[in-house]
Amino acid sequence: MLRRRQILATAATTPLATLAAPAVLRAQAIKLSFYYPIAVGGPIPAIVDGYCKQFQQETGIEISPVYAGNYAETLTKAVTAIRAGSGPHFSVLLAAEMHSLQDMDILVSLDEIGMGADGKKWLEGFYPAFMANSRAAGKTWSVPFQRSTAINYYNKAAFQEAGLDPENYPKTWAQLAAAAEKLVKRDASGRVTRWGTKMASDAGNAQWTFGALANQVEHKLMNDAGTEVYFNQPKAIEALSFWHDLSAKYKATPEGVSTWASLSPDFLEGNSAIIQHTTGNLTNVRDKAQFPFGVAGLPGKNGPRTVVGGGNLYFFKNASKPEREASLRFARWISTPERAADWSMRTGYIATSPAAYETPVMKEFTAKVPTANVARNFLPVATGELSTFENQKVYKALTDNIQAALSGTKTPAKAMADAQTDADRILKPFRK
Amino acid sequence: MALNRATIQGWLLVLPAFVLLVAFTHWPALTTLVDSFYSTPRGARAAVFVGLDNYIALLDDPVFLQALINNAIYAAATIPISIVLALAMALLVNGALPGRPFLRMAYFLPTMLPMIAVANIWLFFFTPDYGLFDQVLSLFGAGRHNWLGDADTALGAMIAVAVWKEAGFFMIFYLAALQTMPADLREAAALEGSSRFNFFRRVTLPLLMPTTLFVLVNAVINGFRLVDHVVVMTRGGPDNATTLLLYYIYETGFRFWDTATAAALTVVLLTILAATAAIQFGFLAKRVHYR
Repeated sequence: MLRRRQILATAATTPLATLAAPAVLRAQAIKLSFYYPIAVGGPIPAIVDGYCKQFQQETGIEISPVYAGNYAETLTKAVTAIRAGSGPHFSVLLAAEMHSLQDMDILVSLDEIGMGADGKKWLEGFYPAFMANSRAAGKTWSVPFQRSTAINYYNKAAFQEAGLDPENYPKTWAQLAAAAEKLVKRDASGRVTRWGTKMASDAGNAQWTFGALANQVEHKLMNDAGTEVYFNQPKAIEALSFWHDLSAKYKATPEGVSTWASLSPDFLEGNSAIIQHTTGNLTNVRDKAQFPFGVAGLPGKNGPRTVVGGGNLYFFKNASKPEREASLRFARWISTPERAADWSMRTGYIATSPAAYETPVMKEFTAKVPTANVARNFLPVATGELSTFENQKVYKALTDNIQAALSGTKTPAKAMADAQTDADRILKPFRK
Repeated sequence: MALNRATIQGWLLVLPAFVLLVAFTHWPALTTLVDSFYSTPRGARAAVFVGLDNYIALLDDPVFLQALINNAIYAAATIPISIVLALAMALLVNGALPGRPFLRMAYFLPTMLPMIAVANIWLFFFTPDYGLFDQVLSLFGAGRHNWLGDADTALGAMIAVAVWKEAGFFMIFYLAALQTMPADLREAAALEGSSRFNFFRRVTLPLLMPTTLFVLVNAVINGFRLVDHVVVMTRGGPDNATTLLLYYIYETGFRFWDTATAAALTVVLLTILAATAAIQFGFLAKRVHYR
């Protein structure tokens, strides 16, 4: 193993080292590499590149941002690179991966990098909901960055056509089911040309959709330590049953799996009157929708409730002390209220701190674009994302069973019981 | 013992290939075998020797068993369909036909495209409601198909993509073999009054047998190796309906970081491939040559 790696390393670095030598001699400047995922449409790379350039102008620290695919792909790439002895100095990864990443022993906590009293104060400035997936074992492991909640985008023209009030979006499951049923449009042959609502149930996304549904019956899916899940309890089954009923009973959403990637196009093409998506998609939808659309909090069983999502900045152990400090400096730089506001306005992600919403530009923006305020006002009823040890394995156990229930091969109760059995087997070694 | 010049020269000649094979094939295969007897190292916990535990755990793993069954179906469908299709296409474009170069190119085009691009094209074909297939089928009054999102059709969809991609590649080998076939055979058969079908069955097909063996070996390997489109199109879903063995290895190794289980899975895959290769070369190879 070692020999192979050495051969590869020598082969790979020799020409590069020769080329890079003059640059190394020129200055001892810090260069950081940083991986980030994209989960929404729009010109995200240009925005990230702009921030890195600006940061370099102000501090002299060079950061090369690397777009690394969706969340799952970025995680794979970052961990693979780090295990091979190279890799990024810091990265945006799913906030919910905290327990798993910590278990791999590749993270360095913010406490270890070193934060003074002002650092602690800085962390207190974030929305508490966004810090929910950041703290474990008495330490802080990540900084909120591209954070979101699940919200509904809805086609106001379709609402009008179906005889629904576009300014009065459903607040409960019963109202949603009734509205979604009415929104379905069929052609002469009975073929559906417009679905009432669509939610993602493909791998990597089903567990997030489900996290929102579980919170809508006020059910918590795991303990804070990330060692227990509560899938087979009546409320969790109720949540999956509602999802299943939307297709089986109300015929308002297609049977089988709907993919995350097709939700935005489906909505923009008028193929679905409602979609459940991330707030991070707001700018994309605003730019492309050819019809008036609304943004609303997800209805719950009794009232609106949702789940937070998105990525945090994680810092890796393999970086040197100056590199870690420079990475943390970037994290602080990018989360200043002005920049958080800018990021939020240009993408639709929720600005990570209340202070960002107090900046003049943001006040002006939310006055002009009230939809931008919906998600933020929705934060108090948002819960943290499903986050456990062996996170991806637990996600798979849950996702497989959700898909089985949605395609009708298992009842919701059986699916959740199976998911619980699988998850218990996976998490057993972590219970002491 | 004095090494003579020729021996040294011989070894030097094979050295480059030998080094590459050992470094990238044999050594990794051996370390994989060794790793499969150890537990997965995690953070502070180092790997410990666990004997056959990883293999025993596989027998209890429903996803592994499903992946095996899926892969068996996938291989059993893609191998014969793509070979027969390849032969049919080769026979077609071997004859005098208007627009022959264009047809040949059209058949070969899928092979030139990267699998990821192919998968993205087919992703559109399979899109429910407004994808190509649903649009065409709706002209005949058919309803909506969630090709990739329905456990009943997802694996079939994967097979269709693989066949589309493979057939053109295999056609090239058949075409090359047909081109080298001496014309006097056909003339002799014509003089004898042999029918075209008889000529194909008695002359063409037997002469193509060595090519068929070569194509078969490749098809079998691809039956286990070609999973790029699964990554792009379904990620093994819905509910593992399209999880193939190699995709499951990737998922276990690089998503779950369960390297020990991934190593055990890899050994299973290697064993399957080695066994089929042994059958093909040891048993079939003796029977393919026309005498």
